Amino acid sequence: MEQFFQQLTNGLAVGGIYALIALGYTMVYGVMKLINFAHGDLFTWGGYLGLTLLTSFLLQDRLGVLAGVGVLALMVMGLVGLMGVLLERAAYRPLREAPRLSAVVSALGASIFLQNALMLLYGAQFQVYPDGILPQGSVDVFGLRIPVVRILVLLASLVMMAVLYLFVQKTKIGTAIRAAAIDQGAARLMGIDVNRVVSIVFLIGPALGGSAGLLVGLYYGQVNFTMGWVYGMKAFTAAILGGIGNIPGAMVGGLLLGVVEALGAAYLSIAWKDAIAFCVLILILIVRPTGLLGERVAEKV
Amino acid sequence: MDRKLLAAYGAAALLLALAPRFLDAYWVDVLDNVGLYALLALSLNLILGDAGLFNMGQAAFYAVGAYTAAILSTRLGLPVLYALPLAGLAAAAFAAVVARPVLHLRGDYLLIVTVGLGEIVRIALVNDVFGLTGGANGIFGIPRPILFGHKVKRPEDFLYLIWGFVAVTVFLFHRLEQSRFGRALNYLREDPVAAEGSGVDTVRYKLMAFVLGAAWAGMAGSIYAAKMTIISPESFGFWESVILFLIVILGGSGSIPGVLLGAALVVGLPELFRGFATARMLVFGLVMMVMMVVRRQGLLPLRRVRFKAADVARAERERAAARPAPARAEVSP
Repeated sequence: MEQFFQQLTNGLAVGGIYALIALGYTMVYGVMKLINFAHGDLFTWGGYLGLTLLTSFLLQDRLGVLAGVGVLALMVMGLVGLMGVLLERAAYRPLREAPRLSAVVSALGASIFLQNALMLLYGAQFQVYPDGILPQGSVDVFGLRIPVVRILVLLASLVMMAVLYLFVQKTKIGTAIRAAAIDQGAARLMGIDVNRVVSIVFLIGPALGGSAGLLVGLYYGQVNFTMGWVYGMKAFTAAILGGIGNIPGAMVGGLLLGVVEALGAAYLSIAWKDAIAFCVLILILIVRPTGLLGERVAEKV
Repeated sequence: MDRKLLAAYGAAALLLALAPRFLDAYWVDVLDNVGLYALLALSLNLILGDAGLFNMGQAAFYAVGAYTAAILSTRLGLPVLYALPLAGLAAAAFAAVVARPVLHLRGDYLLIVTVGLGEIVRIALVNDVFGLTGGANGIFGIPRPILFGHKVKRPEDFLYLIWGFVAVTVFLFHRLEQSRFGRALNYLREDPVAAEGSGVDTVRYKLMAFVLGAAWAGMAGSIYAAKMTIISPESFGFWESVILFLIVILGGSGSIPGVLLGAALVVGLPELFRGFATARMLVFGLVMMVMMVVRRQGLLPLRRVRFKAADVARAERERAAARPAPARAEVSP
């Protein structure tokens, strides 16, 4: 039982990270009907930029741990968000009217480019985060000893998800995003600048993904330039699981996938851990392509 | 097939036949690799180019073929060339089983699922599935093929074996392109709804494209196993599939000469610029982005069959020649 709850909380923390990345996939898909394959690599860039900023400014020493990491997260989000906007301008906007395959190939190219740029800049080895940024130790919750880091990671992702949800539901820009997702043409007729909405989506999605990269660095203590595609695939699975294009769906899907994976790794087989997410992905696409709460993605045959 | 293309194939065949006289073993080996990738890319081209199915798990079929050949030849002592058709069959059977449930997925989702399939196969191989695949170390000691009593061992022997197989493949796939099957696939790619409306059984043809493409990749896999004598799961990872995808897209999807050119560029060019070996994938990524904006159809795009002025004139002549016949038929009764 002890192990079950440990794996459950671990799964929730990892799931929170998946959910943050999945939000980027799902928002871009909602507005553009495009799978942004480069999203996983923007996430990795978040992890690397976080490390660089962390070691060069040492904010946690100057501002204290929580404020320092908070400012750091904002800087990472800003930078990765900017990269997302530039990526959309360079690789996706010229292909807005092109056939689907072209945009998909361009996205894959962008993914390969971003990943290898990181390798050339930082080298192929794992990059290690300095120890003890976040408080170590653990707290007692109902008789369970749960590491503080785990709770902080889960809290951070939940807070960001809540902010995003309120932003999309309550603000004027959020309404424009939702309108563009339903019908771009009609949104344009209502005076919504769809290009600007797309830019905003490509700012927010990668910003959340970048913050997830930072969280992975803080949680596991190391980042690698190839981690983007495994996390990306899993987050994408989470987005499909919840129903792609659906923001609450991505949150639920991410947390669920994290838990399923952690429990599967603990009780079935650790060696097959990475295969679990892919099996979930294939099963959900075959059995219920709409996801738990989402739109239809498969054609009827 | 038009004459210019035939002449180009002839020239390429001649150059390849003479290559061992002018190149050292290293460069002959590079040509072997180009040939192997050309085979694999042609097999993917059937699925991605002709049928328009975004398959990014081709390495999985390649792996099934390679491992089948390796297991048959090391455990049962079957000569590796006899294992070649069996490897093709195994890959085809595997494709038939795994592709059927996912065929109906829309373009980019099919791509994601095939990435997942490829990854599951790789993880299965690493985990020594059925106790046959040797785990992360793979299988070693695969015997060399023996052809007409001659042991195929040196790179130049493999050059003839591989490129001979490529030549047969190119011939067969050109024939396939012209066949009812090939035309049905093209129709399917251009407009699935219209194709279905005209009586093309879309599911069956898509599945056949997958099965045939997988069979070819499986056979290429058995040649790879025989060439390397060692195979391990790393050789069949996600990046193999990406490179094959890139070859087809870069060369011109659906176009056989385009795919051959793509294989030569993607596999051969990095060898010329070895100093930049680490930047290879970076350049590939950039090329993919730029190509999609600048030249979406690929370097040597598929030429569509269309009526030329000469064809129309010929049809007119034939009709004129045929006209007197019905006139006489009218008179006779």
